[in-house]
Amino acid sequence: MPLDLNMNVLVVDDFLTMRRILKNILKQVGFKKMEEAEDGAQALDMIKNADPVFDLIIADWNMPKMTGIELLKAIRADPELKHLPVIMVTAEAQKSRVLEAVQAGVSNYIVKPFTAETVKTKLEQVFK
Amino acid sequence: MDAQLINPFIKATLNVLETMAFTKPTPQKPFLKQDIKAKGDVSSIIGLSGESKGTISITFTEACILSIVSNMFGEKMTQLDEEVMDAVGEIANMISGQARQELEGRGKILYAAVPTMIKGKDHTISHKTTAPIMAVPFGTEYGDFTIEVCFEE
Repeated sequence: MPLDLNMNVLVVDDFLTMRRILKNILKQVGFKKMEEAEDGAQALDMIKNADPVFDLIIADWNMPKMTGIELLKAIRADPELKHLPVIMVTAEAQKSRVLEAVQAGVSNYIVKPFTAETVKTKLEQVFK
Repeated sequence: MDAQLINPFIKATLNVLETMAFTKPTPQKPFLKQDIKAKGDVSSIIGLSGESKGTISITFTEACILSIVSNMFGEKMTQLDEEVMDAVGEIANMISGQARQELEGRGKILYAAVPTMIKGKDHTISHKTTAPIMAVPFGTEYGDFTIEVCFEE
């Protein structure tokens, strides 16, 4: 699926700082439709009830209630959602963590700190 | 405490602030901190567990953090409000993540707790252990900040 700037994007992070920085970068890239959630549980609820549906999820790893990896696993386990692209943005750069995310079916992985250019490149890798 | 343990935190601090806030801090001479008084107006503290138990913290002067967060958001921040406090926590979180990645490469696996944030003149920082506290001050064009690292042997 090619990158379409009209996609509906959900940014999930318990820190408003990161939601704000990511939304600023997405705006710079040209995205117009962005929503945000504070944890995986809120995100999953929003994803299941969204109209129009979300086309891309960008999620942190460490969050209360439901972590990013639990959110990813829940999405991949749901027949209606399993094809949804999920990019994880996290300060957890340890190899074991990256491997766990890859095994759970993450679409791409961004390690904090990151530049706007990195986010753009990772998006392009997902939507070729 | 192994003095080499502080180097990954210094590198991570430089990397995080340069990448996210377009600021190049200058590290100054590390010292052993003898008291618990914070050297600034706002701090974030993260407990670490795993192969060692410890704490890392970062403390900014008000002028310094307001300029750094203004750079991060692309918008002028003028007071230590909820958004700035949140950013202090996220900065500490990113420094902890980067430093732990490097420490893992040296065979030392650590897990981080959720950051807590404190503000106020003369606030104190309670480290998790009674081990010596290694502090590193940094200078920036906007003012100073200090990181503290405290690990059990």
